[in-house]
Amino acid sequence: MKHIDNGNMEHPATSRRGFLTRTLAGGLAVAATGGETLAQSRKKPLGPNPDNQPPNIPDWSKVLGDGVADHPYGKPSKYEAHVVRRDVEWLTASRQSSVNFTPLHELDGIITPNGLCFERHHGGAAEVSPFDHRLMIHGLVDKPLIFSMDDIKRFPRYNRIFFLECAANSGMEWRGAQLNGCQFTHGMVHNVMYTGVRLKDVLDEAGLKPNAKWLQVEGADSAGMNRSLPLEKALDDCLLAFKMNGEALRTEQGYPLRLVVPGWEGNLWVKWIRRIEVGDKPWLAREETSKYTDLMADGRSRRYTFLMDAKSVVTGPSPQAPLKVKGRNVITGVAWSGRGTVTRVDVTTDGGRNWQQARIDGPVLGKSLTRFYVDFDWQGQELLIQSRAHDSTGYVQPTKEELRAIRGVNSIYHNNGIQTWLVRSSGETENVEIS
Amino acid sequence: MSRFLEAALVVALVVLPVAPASAGKIGIGREATAEEIKAWDIDVRPDGAGAPPGKGTVKQGEELFQAQCATCHGEFGEGKDRWPVLAGGLGSLKHDRPDKTVGSFWPEASTVFDYIKRAMPFGNAQSLTDDQIYALTAYVLSLNDIVKDPGFELNNSNLASIRMPNKDGFYDDDREATEKHFWNRTPCMAACKAEAKILGRARVLDVTPDSKTGPKVD
Repeated sequence: MKHIDNGNMEHPATSRRGFLTRTLAGGLAVAATGGETLAQSRKKPLGPNPDNQPPNIPDWSKVLGDGVADHPYGKPSKYEAHVVRRDVEWLTASRQSSVNFTPLHELDGIITPNGLCFERHHGGAAEVSPFDHRLMIHGLVDKPLIFSMDDIKRFPRYNRIFFLECAANSGMEWRGAQLNGCQFTHGMVHNVMYTGVRLKDVLDEAGLKPNAKWLQVEGADSAGMNRSLPLEKALDDCLLAFKMNGEALRTEQGYPLRLVVPGWEGNLWVKWIRRIEVGDKPWLAREETSKYTDLMADGRSRRYTFLMDAKSVVTGPSPQAPLKVKGRNVITGVAWSGRGTVTRVDVTTDGGRNWQQARIDGPVLGKSLTRFYVDFDWQGQELLIQSRAHDSTGYVQPTKEELRAIRGVNSIYHNNGIQTWLVRSSGETENVEIS
Repeated sequence: MSRFLEAALVVALVVLPVAPASAGKIGIGREATAEEIKAWDIDVRPDGAGAPPGKGTVKQGEELFQAQCATCHGEFGEGKDRWPVLAGGLGSLKHDRPDKTVGSFWPEASTVFDYIKRAMPFGNAQSLTDDQIYALTAYVLSLNDIVKDPGFELNNSNLASIRMPNKDGFYDDDREATEKHFWNRTPCMAACKAEAKILGRARVLDVTPDSKTGPKVD
């Protein structure tokens, strides 16, 4: 079994238990018709209870609920306990240098709740004290500086919403459909409003020398994660963020300070950032040579492929969010582009024979997730659903075959090809590839 | 107008014209000392910039490797379980299943030193001396036949001169040229193809993790 970054994951042999479970679930799915839902036919402990439904009066209408002191920090309802990040154990050698996935199929709108933002660590999630954390800037500067967290917060603050996508998102799918669930195929993306200060302002405080061209940004975790960042990007729109969606960064997202590199691959968004060295050349660290370079079919590799191209995925229906009833249904999904705004999303339900423009709703922001919908009637026919994003630079999301024609199948990273879901007549949905 | 407001107005009138800060320096943070920079500045560049004084031989590295690294990477860098393979794979980059190792893929020897120094051994980072890191780097290079003499000594003067087999195997992002046709196209919207055939299904592999709770289809 290989490391996640290898991309050539082999899979455990198909288990008999898996087959039996599948067959059973399939049988149940077929039985669900009319207004009954799949969930209703299966969930026992937290499923529907007729005693709570009209004309009965449920308990919660009679007795007092919890008081205000019971939950000083609120959590989702117990009925939402299944909405969690999940990992794929066979992907990586350890849980500390690993990844888990955002449950995209359970989310709506454009903001990812903090506790559901996917994690990717190279040495575990460091627990850093904000009292002792320091950011050092040195190298080709007029005056090397050290900042405490209190210092950082004295620079002018900005609020910006950006997606963060791991370059390896959908990396398991280069050779074909592999994982059943948009959480696993596309869940290495999240979208958060950051509060922070401009990296430019902090660099200006140290004063850049005329020959400054690259930065090395480095984390305080046990991986000492380091990447080279072109100065031009640093001065353009990068932030040093200490808040996400209004509250302090979560430990696993780099508390107390992380770098925000809008539109560029997640690995550059160094968490627990402790040091910025200003230099005149890139460092060629491990994460920009042996990893996060894209091996092409001719045996050579692209490097500095920082930018995340336009991409989209239908999150419902999807394998973890099957269609439950016939009649009116909602197709929904998210689209994003590291180059600008999403200007249009096309959706097909017949495998690309015919397309329609989806309805975009909610904020349309540069380098941010954008939410789209198609309201449609389903009569139980088989569907082949795809979505196709367009961005403000005129880029149109390619098919997986178009990408493979140029890059081969060993590039691991930057797979932004069009995803296909097969919705069967039962409502069951699976990950497929089509002609 | 109250006394206070009057006073505030006068102050504002007097202060505002001289308010702009000088040369963009706000005056936040303090100067980093040479000692602080030295302690944290652990990176090494391909041209040898940042390489700390020190030395170590292949032979010394072998002993360290077997004691501290082989548990995960294997005695010969072959990689145990799913831990990274460090050696072999030379010439495999065009293969259907390429082996991307230090020898077959990494373009710079400095990267090996830099990475060991900051992140290895996994779970006990920054515990090795610079001499030990030179020795380990030398041993990993020898596992890949990049240096052949067991007595070879790697040090801060010769690190930058090591030539890695795949040094010229990388080129800068060229998507905007080679993938130019992804821009400014007008995709077909109706009657675009005769049929859509299913070519592959994820369920054939059956590698999706079992769902613990919630809706589960497979």
